[in-house]
Amino acid sequence: MNRFGFSLSKGRQINYDTNDRSAAEYVIAGEPSLLACIECGGCASTCTSGNFTSFSLRQLNILLKRGENDSLRDELRKCMLCGKCTLVCPRGVNTRNVILLAMEAFNKSQDYAV
Amino acid sequence: MIMAGSVIVIGAGSAGMEVSGVLARSGVSVTLIEKTANTGGHVKNWHHLFPDHRDGADVVSYMGVRAGHKLVNILTGTEIRELSRKGGKFHATTEGGSELTGDAVVVATGFDLFDCSRKEEYGYGIYDNVHTSAELEEMFRAGRLTTASGKEPEKIGFVHCVGSRDEKVGNLYCSKLCCVTAVKQAIEVRKKLPRSKVFCFYMDMRMGGASYEELYREAQEEWGISFIRGKVSEAGEMIDHRIQVKVEDTLVGRPLKLELDMLFLMAGMEMSEAGARISRIAGLKTGENRFLLASDNHYGSNRGNVEGIFYAGSCTAPMNITETISHARAAATEVIDYLNGINLK
Repeated sequence: MNRFGFSLSKGRQINYDTNDRSAAEYVIAGEPSLLACIECGGCASTCTSGNFTSFSLRQLNILLKRGENDSLRDELRKCMLCGKCTLVCPRGVNTRNVILLAMEAFNKSQDYAV
Repeated sequence: MIMAGSVIVIGAGSAGMEVSGVLARSGVSVTLIEKTANTGGHVKNWHHLFPDHRDGADVVSYMGVRAGHKLVNILTGTEIRELSRKGGKFHATTEGGSELTGDAVVVATGFDLFDCSRKEEYGYGIYDNVHTSAELEEMFRAGRLTTASGKEPEKIGFVHCVGSRDEKVGNLYCSKLCCVTAVKQAIEVRKKLPRSKVFCFYMDMRMGGASYEELYREAQEEWGISFIRGKVSEAGEMIDHRIQVKVEDTLVGRPLKLELDMLFLMAGMEMSEAGARISRIAGLKTGENRFLLASDNHYGSNRGNVEGIFYAGSCTAPMNITETISHARAAATEVIDYLNGINLK
């Protein structure tokens, strides 16, 4: 097979049925304001870290809610906890606490240990 | 049916003028009070209206004709200091000390535009090339759309939702007209300045009104206006007085920066100060959004918590001109029922 350059591709779909949403549930239980996020990107726009790395709190929030946890482990480390995102959020999401709780969730879970 | 009775209408914008005209033609004497020197409300400040770019002056002249009836007594430059009900009649005292009476009152105090300087991160009142949507209308009317240094702008941005859907300024609601205003103004900028590039920064495009979506499509197809989905988090002034905006292009998933010659902030609608004052002196309940609270969400939008006081127009919620005029006519029918002794709660 390898000789012909064929391989099996991993599916790109978000499998909402099988994805593990426990990390999102943990964060939302501790910081219910995350439910009010409308994905406007104000946080990501003002984020110093996001201007130099792939970090986007908006994207992180939505991936967390979808249970797409794999890509989040490394992303979380890029946050410097400066809190500018909290200042600009039009929905009053306590974004800083979302990050802290997400880190906590992944620390508690072996599977998603940061 | 021709009937007797008298009504005090507070506010001579599109709602107050329409309700006054309808009442007068039914034989009701109307005292129409306006705190500013002129009738016509916000509409008179608008050069062109969405969705058809008609001249705002058309609507102002329509309002003048509608309210121009011998039974309508217009008092401009007049504010109400006290309003109370004694023996089935409303008694109002003006700031000047005059006494007015009426069998019913219609509150048509409209809205105030959000004071954009409260969103300091956008630099209104700080940077020379940041203006409001209302100021752009003035520029259109004056026929002069230039930067502060007098140059023709090439890149122009519109920020949606300034003062709306924003917990940081205490306004959780959508003002619902700013999206279509941005689309209308963006098209007008492109018509006036064919070489310009225009960008609209939005969170959601709320194009629910008649012909709004079609106008949005025209903006894309015929005028090449760029719509970028993201809330502008800040605007900064460059050394050459151009404005740099920062936004996440959320559909790409990357932060974006853009330098503009001029930035326009789409000011939202807030309960007017005049309306808030009337609500305090007359004991009218207001909602969480600070607008007057309707007695019922579905069939009581012209009534509140005080019998005999009726509501017309955007003192109850953000409304466009079409809705305001319809709401005012509905208020008039409620008042006529009330004067006829028909009390439909």
